[in-house]
Amino acid sequence: MIRRDLVFEIGRTLIAIALALLLGFVIVLLVSEEPFNAFINFVAGPLTTTRRIGNWIEATIPLIFTGLAVCIAFQAGQFNIGAEGQLFFGAVTATIVALTFQLPMYLHVLVALLGAMVGGAIAGAIPGIMKARWGANELVSSLMLNYVFYRLGLYLINYHYRDSSAGAMVSYRLPETSWLQQFWPPTRVHWGLWVALAAILFSYLFLYRTRWGYALRMTGLNKDFAAYAGISVSAVIIYSQVISGAIAGLAGAADVLGLYRRFQWQQLPGYGFDGIIIAILARNHPLGVPIAALFLAYVRSGASIMSRMSDVSAEMVAIIQGIMILLVTAQAFLAKWRHRSVVREAKKHGLNA
Amino acid sequence: MGSTLKGIFSVGFGYSMLRVTTPILFAALGAVVSEKAGAVNIGLEGLMLISGVTGVIVSAWTQSAWLGLLAGLVLAVLFALFMGYFHIKLGTDMVLAGIAMNVIASGGTVFALFVASGDRGISSSLASKVLPTVELPLINKIPVIGPILSGHNVLTYFALLAVVGVWYFLYRTPLGLRLRAVGESPDSADSVGISVSKMRFLALGISGFLAGFGGCHLSMGYVSWFSRDMTAGRGFIGLAASALGGVHPIGTAIASLFFGFADALSNYMQSLSIPSEFVQMIPYLATVAALGVFARRQMSRERKGKKQAGREVA
Repeated sequence: MIRRDLVFEIGRTLIAIALALLLGFVIVLLVSEEPFNAFINFVAGPLTTTRRIGNWIEATIPLIFTGLAVCIAFQAGQFNIGAEGQLFFGAVTATIVALTFQLPMYLHVLVALLGAMVGGAIAGAIPGIMKARWGANELVSSLMLNYVFYRLGLYLINYHYRDSSAGAMVSYRLPETSWLQQFWPPTRVHWGLWVALAAILFSYLFLYRTRWGYALRMTGLNKDFAAYAGISVSAVIIYSQVISGAIAGLAGAADVLGLYRRFQWQQLPGYGFDGIIIAILARNHPLGVPIAALFLAYVRSGASIMSRMSDVSAEMVAIIQGIMILLVTAQAFLAKWRHRSVVREAKKHGLNA
Repeated sequence: MGSTLKGIFSVGFGYSMLRVTTPILFAALGAVVSEKAGAVNIGLEGLMLISGVTGVIVSAWTQSAWLGLLAGLVLAVLFALFMGYFHIKLGTDMVLAGIAMNVIASGGTVFALFVASGDRGISSSLASKVLPTVELPLINKIPVIGPILSGHNVLTYFALLAVVGVWYFLYRTPLGLRLRAVGESPDSADSVGISVSKMRFLALGISGFLAGFGGCHLSMGYVSWFSRDMTAGRGFIGLAASALGGVHPIGTAIASLFFGFADALSNYMQSLSIPSEFVQMIPYLATVAALGVFARRQMSRERKGKKQAGREVA
């Protein structure tokens, strides 16, 4: 029974992805004068050189963190779309911690990562507390807080940690002891990958092997039932948001400590909304997140290579992503198929009985 | 400090405040209409981008700003209905449908612009048109008020009219009543024969229509070009203005003016030692605070209601 549901969900997700990609190819056929060249670059491009494979993995790392963050919030039934602001603020606090303290090599990275988690957790806690205490809609509050933490972060960097000798609005360069080391030359793939894998493991164990995780999932499934069974729903709402924010903060730290080595964002990077796409594709399961993140990053890098090597621009991929979200989340999509298989099974059991 | 005060009370400030409020107000009214029917329209941002780029492309092709506006409105409505189809007919969560819309629009508009003109991210090679500005007769002769109110883009006046229009529609027409009934309680509305899905489609269509005006104002009034993600969160600010304004057209208009005020103020503040980041943060913080205060008041009211009900039973 449960197994059939799982197969159905995976099948449905794959069909939705296939349909969205098919639409992408139709668009390429319509607009391109060299559609075959564009196809090849889009589909196989990211695997052709070591550097490109590296780019793909680098892009995957922050997406794993935001994907996990959104998964945990969604599993608790929280419509938190604040991962964007949380990761931005996490990147800022990681930068500040890395620039403020002078510590030996490994300790410095750990402390900077911790700083990112605290920054993200603070940003995540506010909508959680407001929801738990007063019942304030977390959708609107988390959305607004994205902009609050965006401005606050920019202020901190631009007014207190700005490197005036650099041409752009960027922070001072971080000391080498705080870097997430790049370990696979010539690519820039860095230790953040191992942190991401640890975060996946943590999220899985937390959600499925601890009492807290159980309470969280029960609250997400049915809040009233959870409360009736003696679970403190307010506590769940708050700690789910805090943990989700802390993991989102790591996404910001990964890019700053691993790739740029200084804070250089002037815009929200969009990983928070990507996290929502990933959580949807992964069906809110932590073990599905790395697969979904790898897939999304692959499609992105393929599109960017396609735009460099052919006459189709990379933004085409946004249409594919949007259609994917719509199809995967449409409950009625392929529902007849499931219905038929349920009926078939019921009939079979009916005859046997 | 004196110079800032002079800046705020200057005629130019009042004028620019109305100018920056216009697209926010359109988005906010769109948010009000869809929310009244029970659908939070996160996709306003994307709908504005779609109408903005359509307006620029079509006005460049036809050399008519009005045809550009018309095309922008039609496309924004169509995409709003497309989103509605997934939500209402196929069961996609409305918030996720809105996010999908924004993703599609953010990249899709840049893609469409490239296909139509070869421009990457900004419509520099398109000779697009701008909607006219309007001098209000008589009013423009009044000192101080005249220069603030007169000489705006025609869509600014449309926006002010739309406030009244949306209010009238929602609170003074039978159709508006039915639309609100669907938002209040879909089951009760259904039980008296109101088609919930039709009303939601209607609300989303109107929402898209209003967002379409907002998008065209940005690309054919506010400035004279389209650029990547030029809405810069105005659709979301519109949602915030609607929340701050109690999902009522008049309250929402006041909230939108407040956002416009903060936006215009941040431009004036940049010359001072006050960081513009803080000024730009004010509207969002205010929304979060207002949200908390309203929710808290409602909660204590509900508790009181429960206590009273308990006493009556006893």
